[in-house]
Amino acid sequence: MQNIEAQIEELKTQISAIDKKIPSDKISMIVFSGDMDKVLAAFVIATGAVAMGMEVVMFFTFWGTPILRDKNKKAGGKDTMGKMFGAMLPKGSCEVKLSKMNMGGMGTAMMKSLMKKKNVASLDKMIEMAQEFGVQIYVCEMSMDLMGFKREEMIDYANMSYCGVATFLEQAKDSRIQLFI
Amino acid sequence: MNEEIKVDKVMDLKGLPCPMPILKVNKGIKEVEIGQIIEVLSTDPGSLSDFPSWARTRGHEILKTDQNGVVTKFFIKRLV
Repeated sequence: MQNIEAQIEELKTQISAIDKKIPSDKISMIVFSGDMDKVLAAFVIATGAVAMGMEVVMFFTFWGTPILRDKNKKAGGKDTMGKMFGAMLPKGSCEVKLSKMNMGGMGTAMMKSLMKKKNVASLDKMIEMAQEFGVQIYVCEMSMDLMGFKREEMIDYANMSYCGVATFLEQAKDSRIQLFI
Repeated sequence: MNEEIKVDKVMDLKGLPCPMPILKVNKGIKEVEIGQIIEVLSTDPGSLSDFPSWARTRGHEILKTDQNGVVTKFFIKRLV
């Protein structure tokens, strides 16, 4: 009898250990790209995943970081390099370009007007929807520091925080789907 | 075969491309009670494949799909 109880206890421990290894119904995305088309795809997947009942986590790093800048905000106290990066990189989702056929901005403008005509949601609108749906956004602290971005120049987004690689890996480990965009 | 389905809510999603139909229908179905039925109109060709995928994943039932030209009508029963 005691033997059975001991076995049950052992099984319980094993099951809880296995339980911890099963990923959640979650999707983790790294948004590395700063291209309008790619980031739009990331947000379509993010919002779609919420509709499919999944938890969604997006990590913005490198060229993805400036997409989350607010065009109406200014940040002071930058060094020369920071100012240069700030001026050369897009200021928010309205300024990002297509990865192909940009043609000095003409292609992107054409794509935007086509999207409007065909009722395809703009990147701006998709970010707004992601916020409404509770999509969690993490921003890579190292990219922020490297490009000299300040937190006060980023968009107001309810579930946004700053992190490093371990935060992403912890989330990715616990996700059924991981994407690098 | 042509019995009327009693519909509790109608959603007109005509003209909306991906991913909007799925986002809207996912929101809309929460506005009816479990067991009630919504009728959804979509012109997005992707909906024909997307709605069944969404319904299977979320545990709802598509009772009927009516394709009439570019407009597809879905009758979806909220199960959970």
